[in-house]
Amino acid sequence: MNGLRAATAITLLTALTATGCGGGGQAGGAEAPKTLTYWASNQGPSIEADKEILAPELKKFEQQTGIKVELEVVPWSDLLNRILAATTSGQGPDVLNIGNTWSASLQATGALMPWDAAAFGKIGGRDRFVESALGSTGAAGSDPAAVPLYSMAYALYYHKKAFADAGIERPPATWDELVAAGKKLSTGGKWGLGAEGSNLSNNIHQVFVLAKQHGADFFDATGKADFTSDGAVAAVKQYVDLMATDKIIAPGNAEYDKNQSLQDFAKGDTAMILWQTAAATLESHGMSPDNFGVAPVPVASGTPGTGRNVNSMVAGINLAVFKNTDNLDGALKFVNFMTGDEEQKILNKTYGSIPPVKAAQQDEAFGTPALSVLRETLATSAAALPQVPAESQFETAVGTAVKELFADAASGRAITTELVRERLTKAQQQMP
Amino acid sequence: MSRAAVTRRRASLPYLLLLPAVLLELLVHLVPMLIGIVMSFKELTQFYIRDWGAAPWRGLENYRVSVDLDAPVGRDLLNSFFVTCAFSVLAVALCWLIGTTAAIFMQDAFRGRGLLRAVFLTPYALPVYAAVITWAFMFQRDNGMVNHVLHDQLGLVDEPPFWLLGGNSFPALVVVAVWKTWPFAFLMIMAALQNIPGELYEAASIDGAGVWQRIRKITMPSLRPINQVLVLVLFLWTFNDFNTPYLLFGEAAPERANLISVHIYQSSFVTWNFGAGSAMSVLLLLFLLVVTAVYLLATSRGRKSRA
Repeated sequence: MNGLRAATAITLLTALTATGCGGGGQAGGAEAPKTLTYWASNQGPSIEADKEILAPELKKFEQQTGIKVELEVVPWSDLLNRILAATTSGQGPDVLNIGNTWSASLQATGALMPWDAAAFGKIGGRDRFVESALGSTGAAGSDPAAVPLYSMAYALYYHKKAFADAGIERPPATWDELVAAGKKLSTGGKWGLGAEGSNLSNNIHQVFVLAKQHGADFFDATGKADFTSDGAVAAVKQYVDLMATDKIIAPGNAEYDKNQSLQDFAKGDTAMILWQTAAATLESHGMSPDNFGVAPVPVASGTPGTGRNVNSMVAGINLAVFKNTDNLDGALKFVNFMTGDEEQKILNKTYGSIPPVKAAQQDEAFGTPALSVLRETLATSAAALPQVPAESQFETAVGTAVKELFADAASGRAITTELVRERLTKAQQQMP
Repeated sequence: MSRAAVTRRRASLPYLLLLPAVLLELLVHLVPMLIGIVMSFKELTQFYIRDWGAAPWRGLENYRVSVDLDAPVGRDLLNSFFVTCAFSVLAVALCWLIGTTAAIFMQDAFRGRGLLRAVFLTPYALPVYAAVITWAFMFQRDNGMVNHVLHDQLGLVDEPPFWLLGGNSFPALVVVAVWKTWPFAFLMIMAALQNIPGELYEAASIDGAGVWQRIRKITMPSLRPINQVLVLVLFLWTFNDFNTPYLLFGEAAPERANLISVHIYQSSFVTWNFGAGSAMSVLLLLFLLVVTAVYLLATSRGRKSRA
């Protein structure tokens, strides 16, 4: 009899713990409104650095509102999968950072709270934000899936000393000038330009801008994939040719995917890189800000502007509210805090990014020579990546095609227009 | 209480004690598997992952796309399947060969045997992530140790080759997988060797059998039952290995090293089409079931006929 009772107890216990496991992951219901879970993306040199940067700010928020924020800094390699898992299970954070290029893809899942006029009203209105940053918050014509938090743009970072030694007086403004300078600089084991050939997102950012300069888009007006237009093929070829025919990128860069090109640049092995908001990272690699210059990314001819003279994507981080939050009021308060003028200045200064909030952007801290290039680019010559649900698949498919082309170029295979078109055709066939 | 009732209680007790295990098994194993199968019949894309119930049924459409060899999805899956087969056969054969050889060498006691055994087992004891990432660094073209030795020091190659891109990615993958798994073969064979009575070897050497003959006539037949299980387990592990290719190559593995597990991951998580990914997983499951069944049938029939 005793044995029976014990067995029943064990069964019950197991059943209880089993269901207990399934329900975890969120702060308990009744007393919840005093806490918030926040997933931050990795913006600083490391996860630990991010925690140290954000901790005092979150403390400030707790003092103002009495709401304790539980912070988790999620590495980029995990962030999208974590968001997908949270979407599927409905158990996730209350507030989270997303890469702004994911906005439309995540918007389509319905996991994020749409920012209608009422929601914007709680954070001081839509007008507080820079228009170009709002352009990368979701599909056109629907309420944004997130609000801009940090803005970034691509720029050309160059070694002042290497330029002086090679007798180059000013940073290249057109691609022809860049190739010419790169050839002068690629001698004695040093290389003109660094690239990140196996980093799919970076590949996308580069060829997106080049496609714009060739008058092409990777999606047509109806949101259908169009990877094989002449302009798109020419853009991809132009980028890979920097390694294949111009030979100003070291072949080894074809396998870079962990920001090795930034380290090469900091060590002085390469003289130029095209990168988004790199100053803080370069300094963390031991570079003095006096040693490198920042210039706009080259265009085909003329000066950066709109249309064919776009020279950067609108890069950045958006802040979203998870629709399943049990503390909507607190979440909105937190977004209001993070996008407030004060916090915008503090955080963007630390991360070396540009505030997407107009009032904060005017602060003189963002008027340094390095940052004013980024600010100017965002204001006049940056375009948002396609705001379509399939954006995430596009990054993988076309990013992989460019990666494979770099691998071909590195092993000495000729990069012909046919080969590029073939790879892009294959990429397009993978799209839903 | 009647005697019959007591007996009945007694008889039911074992089942009751098993119940928690059965429930947990259902919960962690069978239910997810069934859900996976259900998913494979649905159009579970990013538009529906928040509410699975709303995802429309697609019937066999996901399967049709997966095996349609005229379309890129089916062709890629088939290519990935062949790569995985070649990889598994090669890796299992090498693991088994190295493991058995090492175990036979370690059979007789000598100074430092314990230490050597421990060293051999290290790759198996290391966390997969740390081990494979280290390999990824060693395989780097410009700063990796492999090229440093091959190119800078030995001068065997004119140009430092890429190991993580293009055709060389396949041998790189096999090397890491074998390095990671052979200690398991070594461990199992070593244990099995302890069970072979020493008299057999003594009798054989009195009869004039050499080392090779002893290995062929005594060691190998005695290892047969262990080998049967070992090879099957190694094959299943290698075939399904996800960590090694994912950590070496990231999300976009080179075509020559595009193992099926990564391919399925890419089809579901990267393109956000969980229905198609599930259909591919179910196909993989069916294939492995068939292989396992045929293998077990063939090997046990062979044993019976010999007995």
